[in-house]
Amino acid sequence: MLFQFIRRLSTSPLTRVRHPKLRRSTHYATLTDKDVNFFENLLPRGSVITNPDDCAPYNIDWIKTCQGQSQLVLRPKTVKEVQAILRYCHEHQLAVCPQSGNTGLAGGSVPVFDEIVLSFTSMNSIGDFDENSGVLTTDAGCILQTLDTHVRKFGHTMPIDLGAKGSCLIGGNVATNAGGLRVVRFGSLRSAVLGLEIVLADGSLLDCLTSLRKDNTGVDLKQPFIGSEGILGVITRVALACPLAMPGVGLGFFACSSFEQILSTMRLARRICGETLSAVEFLDESTYNLSLKNLKRAQSPIEPNKFYILIETMSSTEEHAKATLEKLANTALDKEFVTDGTLAQDLTQYQDLWAIRERVPEALVADGYVFKYDFSLPPSRMYKLVEETQQRMKPFSNVRNVTGFGHLGDQNLHLNITVKNGYSDEIKHELEPWLYEWVAKERGSVSAEHGLGLHKSKYLQLNKGEQSLVLMKQMKKMFDPKCILNPYKVLPYQID
Amino acid sequence: MAIRILVGVKRAIDYAVKIQVKSDKTGVVTEGVKHSMNPFDEIAVEEAIRLKEKKVAQEVIAISCGPPQCQETLRTALALGADRAIHVEVAGKDYEMLQPLAISKLIAAVAKKENVDLVLLGKLAIDDDSNQTGQMVAGLLSWPQAVFASKVDIKDKKAEVMREIDGGSETIRVKLPAVITADLRLNQPRFANLPSIQKAKKKPMAKMSPKDLGVDIKPHQEYLSYEEPPKRQGGGRVASVDELISKLKEKGLI
Repeated sequence: MLFQFIRRLSTSPLTRVRHPKLRRSTHYATLTDKDVNFFENLLPRGSVITNPDDCAPYNIDWIKTCQGQSQLVLRPKTVKEVQAILRYCHEHQLAVCPQSGNTGLAGGSVPVFDEIVLSFTSMNSIGDFDENSGVLTTDAGCILQTLDTHVRKFGHTMPIDLGAKGSCLIGGNVATNAGGLRVVRFGSLRSAVLGLEIVLADGSLLDCLTSLRKDNTGVDLKQPFIGSEGILGVITRVALACPLAMPGVGLGFFACSSFEQILSTMRLARRICGETLSAVEFLDESTYNLSLKNLKRAQSPIEPNKFYILIETMSSTEEHAKATLEKLANTALDKEFVTDGTLAQDLTQYQDLWAIRERVPEALVADGYVFKYDFSLPPSRMYKLVEETQQRMKPFSNVRNVTGFGHLGDQNLHLNITVKNGYSDEIKHELEPWLYEWVAKERGSVSAEHGLGLHKSKYLQLNKGEQSLVLMKQMKKMFDPKCILNPYKVLPYQID
Repeated sequence: MAIRILVGVKRAIDYAVKIQVKSDKTGVVTEGVKHSMNPFDEIAVEEAIRLKEKKVAQEVIAISCGPPQCQETLRTALALGADRAIHVEVAGKDYEMLQPLAISKLIAAVAKKENVDLVLLGKLAIDDDSNQTGQMVAGLLSWPQAVFASKVDIKDKKAEVMREIDGGSETIRVKLPAVITADLRLNQPRFANLPSIQKAKKKPMAKMSPKDLGVDIKPHQEYLSYEEPPKRQGGGRVASVDELISKLKEKGLI
């Protein structure tokens, strides 16, 4: 018993390697049988999970960078249940970790110590879709792909698309202001969120669930909740503007000999493809090779080179989507921006080519322990950082690959370092805080779309001025005075 | 001496599209639906191109029968490496009623006219699943046939073909001229590269009508009705093994 108690005060080995100084706050109560009884009475059978084996998947993130020790997972089905849960936790000073699809990449979605997991997987009834306004109102726990399939029946699509679409939940997407593959076309998710229903830390309901495109009445209270990763309140329902699905798509995949040529091709694509442009992604050689290996494709679909760029077009007619893309391909080849390439001739090729980009995260996990970074940088500096990191990693024999890829159209670089034989402290210290400082110096963002979660919270101040930080802390105090929501994350954590 | 190949490419509803039956049951919805080259024909084209790269073939001619949009499918074949294309235009009502026998007659007529040594086709088209054209072309021409090919070797005007059969494979040898149809495992089609896509625009494409070929395309069969397969009934959950067993007994399954 005592041993167990002591163990709960420190993080699990997986979390500890990255956060050795982190200790459980004494500020929070420890879960008792009385608490568990309360929840068992409150929720229907099956909504309360206490068996350690069944709790395990809720305690670990999918890239296995941190692990919590929560002994209680609650899966409410209604807003009323969520309110009752938070009211109780607020009264009893119990820490809560709100969790959606648990596909986050910054350690924000799993408990750090023994926080109660508040899982939204059971709040999954799809609400109304208004065909006139194109607005979908739905529960926060619906899977992104399920929603996409639903709105496609009406000829619309979700305003966000990302690799984890089969597992991630829309509430989590909004809470983290997730980015993804089509920001070039649809803008950031924030712009598509028209309304939110939020339960605050004390269990009170904040109803901002309108589906209006225009509503200039007072302060837009839902905004701070978008992208704040569950530290201010939990999202229970969302209203989203869904753009029309375009029946015509075109996809080009090109090879370039330098990053400059990648940028030239992107500029050309903006000019030639114009309003049809829907995605601009890039991969470097090592990312590309890892991805082909992971997909078990022996042959490169195009003549290999140092860089690859993927360009997608969408239009109301297939002819138009194809025509602009073909014109781009011809011009880029004539101007020698690209050395080779291909255009998808059917949907199978379209999916096969997209897979090379979309399944990169999987390929990286297969290559070893992953140090994952997600930066916004001026395009001209994006690849410079990868090259400098490659130089810095040269002396380390346990480093397998230093790879750069990402959403070129949104100036978003994903820098990943894969290491054999698991986590290495030496490498971490070689990379951090050097990388974060490098990015801050360029006035980039230390987290473009992944959020801060647990792993990057201490670098928030590098990105934002002191006054911003003070205000953020004041907001946290205002919305969650007892700090029970998603503790230790997003805001730099100070031991009481 | 190197041979000449005629390869058939059908414009079919894309493999990844969910097929919908028209509300009046007279066919499937094709309007506004993505069409691409029939995947088995893609394999046939790839095989023809490989034979050309190995210098076994000296010329590859692609053929497609159907509406003007078939020219797009033919351009894809040209981008993959075919030398020239023949579009037999059949549009409107005639195309809706176009059946495998008529298509076989058209292909056989072109094969004779072009004096080819080999007709390479996909084993079937994924839209109507007929699996008849290759066999009927061989019959009409009185040529040997090797269908469902998973490996093709051509030497001295003879083709050694491994074919997929129930429970294994069979290797046969046929004399050219012959008809071969491609099965899934024959090869992995390539992606057309940019220079070839550009070049394909300049390759010759001949257009002709069934009349030019002296072929009567009148249908011999009448399609009565199209039906969707029955929808899957949703499953249910049971709480225990005992409940499962009693449920199965109830249904008379055990």
